Amino acid sequence: MIVKRLITAFLLALVWSASLSAQQSLSVCPDCPLKTLSEGIAAASPFDTIYLQKGTYYENDVDINKPLVIIGVGFPVIDGREQGEILTITSDSVLLTGVEVRNVGTSYIRDQAGIYLKQVKDVSVIGNRLINTFFGIYLEYSQHVLIKDNYIAGQARDELNSANAIHLWKCHKVHITGNYATGHRDGIYMEFVDSSLVENNESTRNLRYGLHFMFSNDDKYFDNRFAENGVGVAVMYSDRIEMTGNDFTHNWSPVSYGLLLKEIRYSKIWHNRFLKNTTAIYMENTIESDVFENDFISNGWGVKIMGNCEEVVFHSNNFKGNSFDVSTNAKQNYNKFNHNYWSAYTGYDLDHDGTGDIPFRPVKLFGYLVEQVPTSIILLRSPFMELLNHAENVMPVITPETLKDESPKMKPIIW
Amino acid sequence: MLKILKYSFKDIFRSKWLLIYFGFFFVSTWFLLYFTNDPSKGLVSLLNIILMLIPLMAIVFSTIYFYNAREFTELLLAQPIRRHTIFTGQYLGLSLSMATSFFLGSGIPFLFFGVQNSDSSGSLINMLLMGVLLSFVFSALAFAISIYNENRIKGFGLAILVWLVMAIVYDGIFIYLMVRFSDYPLEKLAIALSLLNPIDLARINILLQLDISALMGYTGAIFNKFFGTAMGMAISVIAMLFWTIIPLFFYLRKAGRKDF
Repeated sequence: MIVKRLITAFLLALVWSASLSAQQSLSVCPDCPLKTLSEGIAAASPFDTIYLQKGTYYENDVDINKPLVIIGVGFPVIDGREQGEILTITSDSVLLTGVEVRNVGTSYIRDQAGIYLKQVKDVSVIGNRLINTFFGIYLEYSQHVLIKDNYIAGQARDELNSANAIHLWKCHKVHITGNYATGHRDGIYMEFVDSSLVENNESTRNLRYGLHFMFSNDDKYFDNRFAENGVGVAVMYSDRIEMTGNDFTHNWSPVSYGLLLKEIRYSKIWHNRFLKNTTAIYMENTIESDVFENDFISNGWGVKIMGNCEEVVFHSNNFKGNSFDVSTNAKQNYNKFNHNYWSAYTGYDLDHDGTGDIPFRPVKLFGYLVEQVPTSIILLRSPFMELLNHAENVMPVITPETLKDESPKMKPIIW
Repeated sequence: MLKILKYSFKDIFRSKWLLIYFGFFFVSTWFLLYFTNDPSKGLVSLLNIILMLIPLMAIVFSTIYFYNAREFTELLLAQPIRRHTIFTGQYLGLSLSMATSFFLGSGIPFLFFGVQNSDSSGSLINMLLMGVLLSFVFSALAFAISIYNENRIKGFGLAILVWLVMAIVYDGIFIYLMVRFSDYPLEKLAIALSLLNPIDLARINILLQLDISALMGYTGAIFNKFFGTAMGMAISVIAMLFWTIIPLFFYLRKAGRKDF
């Protein structure tokens, strides 16, 4: 919200400042006096508007070093011919919109990007197309930036030779919304990024992660869609992250997760939908976090919770048709499961209060064995294992005794 | 031999057992598909029925049939027909009819629910093939057991015991070995152990064809490399055929020498 308000304020300020000064507008096209964007920028004074007309411009290392509004008319193409960076924004208060940037080229030494933001404030990058750029949009040491409605498609084949669609490094208060990212290593990558908002983006078919947090605190991501990535979202070494209303769909391969949490504290996972992921949530060293009102449907594993997680509370979630609802590698459990709906629950509700009368133990013996001895997955769906599961369920000796839902719901929770 | 095959085929089809067997598969497959509305999910649910019931039914029904057909066998033996011909014919008549009723009973509902248009048609064919092979294996085992045991009760008990070991006890030993020797690389041992039990072989083969195989992670990848290729497929079918041929060999050898 704060970010949104700031952006609006910034845009208003932009309009206001533009109307104050004797603002000019320039036109750049292949047949005009100003033939390239670089020439246009050189000719412009601060707070001018540059209209980049339709056409193809072959340019590299265009430095936008003045506060300008750059508007593409009919999606002009700036082609880097695989010879390095294309647009670099080094000035505050720039608006860049309606431009197509393509062909940056792979580099193993420099972080080459289609649009590079270096130490800037109050910049908006709205409605651009980035095709075959190594890094798509790269932000470093920037704040109050809006990245909106961009389409970023790469052609990544393997992790070593590819980069991220939207890459943030040491940024603050960035708003990323409505973007589409595909064919990169990570869809959106954030390292040391605080107080930022990621919403309504779609990140699909990226090799590694759809969205990746490292050492970032106080961030939120809402209503995004993550499908068919290596891992939907990875949140690592971060505190106070809010994850709400996202779709994690079909992140399905032997090494896939919907959501991977590692060293996370004080976070909230709310109203997300996990559908057909090999593992919906994998938790390692997650402390004092809440997981509530989420749907876990038809996943291989609903939740894999490692022994070093503490005080994680799962309540009012729906677990439907997962091969394993919960699995763990520990005999102790320091987490709570309350009021969830489990489709595998076979108990009864004599007093008809909607809550089952006997507790549900979501950890199956077989799930536990598989954590200990991965090879034993070969006995998946063996009738003998089903028998063992029943026996263990009646009399738990191996699976954590306290990992149980004391008040399982009889009907799916509607939220 | 064809004539004998035809006679025992007809004889079996005349009894109601086979019709019930067919009907059971037909109804259960139909219901599973009706309630799941998704052929690939129906396949997964059908898996347990195939793994438990086909071996049980095949071994029980074959044992009963062998003991009951004894008088007919003795009558045939009085005719100028070679012994191998008689016994092979009987075996083929029985196993073929069991395999057919399973194949049709499970196959027809899938056709009704349009499996040929979905991408799980390959896994269905694979599953039906495994069911058919299991029928052959357990009929052969039953015949071998019955011919070695004059005493019906003893033979019957032994047949049930063999089923119990293969369907349930074997996996218990399997998991025990996995856990006991978990410090060692176990993938090769696991492949060897699953080749030694036709039920495990069928289960793994079917699972690897379904997209549930992604759950198997690293181990699954190794198994997929072994069983998922054309070579692995051939090896598992050959292993199943061995499981048919070896009991059949003992059965025919005993039948050739036995004093009726």
